[in-house]
Amino acid sequence: MADDVLFEFLHMEMVSHIYKEQASRGEMDKDRATCVSALEGMGFRVGQGLIERFTKDSPSFKDDLDIMKFICKDFWINVFRKQIDNLRTNHQGTYVLQDNKFSLLTQLSSGKQYLEEAPKYLAYSCGLVRGALSNLGMDCVVTAEVSPMPSCKFQVVIQKI
Amino acid sequence: LCRECKRLTILNSELFTLTYGALVTQLCKDYENDEEVNKQLDKMGYNIGVRLIEDFLARSSVGRCQDFRETADVIAKVAFKMYLGITPSVTNWSPAGDEFSLILESNPLVDFVELPDNHSTLVYSNLLCGVLRGALEMVQMAVDVKFAQDSLRGDNVTEIRMKFIKRIEENLPAGDE
Repeated sequence: MADDVLFEFLHMEMVSHIYKEQASRGEMDKDRATCVSALEGMGFRVGQGLIERFTKDSPSFKDDLDIMKFICKDFWINVFRKQIDNLRTNHQGTYVLQDNKFSLLTQLSSGKQYLEEAPKYLAYSCGLVRGALSNLGMDCVVTAEVSPMPSCKFQVVIQKI
Repeated sequence: LCRECKRLTILNSELFTLTYGALVTQLCKDYENDEEVNKQLDKMGYNIGVRLIEDFLARSSVGRCQDFRETADVIAKVAFKMYLGITPSVTNWSPAGDEFSLILESNPLVDFVELPDNHSTLVYSNLLCGVLRGALEMVQMAVDVKFAQDSLRGDNVTEIRMKFIKRIEENLPAGDE
């Protein structure tokens, strides 16, 4: 079944729609942040929902690193159809997840041309990760940067209470 | 499938339906009334459809349909199966053969959805109408697509009504050899 393609098409259209709508309503600068946070917020709720169904009767994780490994493998495979290529941590609550061929960027051209546009296409995914981790008991901030297309790095910083 | 694999499969197919749900929720926040949300869903569906058709043709290698009946079969048995994992039945043909219904026993888009009371005119799955319209336009068919019945709004089944309007002439660029 090709439903992963459906998600990719829907995602692209969602990004396009949100930005078009904000453009037609007012100043660009303020609205860029609103667009990102709208997409991130949607991703957050979906991420929570996805994790809830997956880990309903799973044994709980040993520690944060165990959770991050799960995100890098099982979660990434199911959401983005491949594993994370590289996971790094400073063992002090910061993790960097590197995906060398991020599925939501491969539809955009490789190289420098769309570098400026790329963050729009990462906001939803940052939310997905943040939502998933939130439901697993890890409150964090998730950001992403393209380096270079279609490779990207997601940075997860656990928030201390 | 072992239990682990089965759970992983569930996770994957829910990504689209949950994302769609989040989108509809966002649109309901952004627009004042259901009619406007329905319109946006249709527009977004159209934008997806005009690109999805290429993906479909590449994956399915179906040839050009000879008539609208064949189109209906391809939509129900190939396209819906491929993208949504369901096979609606094709029924209620008009005598002229230019209109038919797709009956969906179950609609994967609405798996975890209940419409709140103040959204009684929301056509939750309206994206689908736009997708079908956009996709068919790219293969030279102008069609009208709408929901005739909706399980979310209390009907027993979900029924999509498709009407053939006219054939679109292919536009050749000016000065083409």
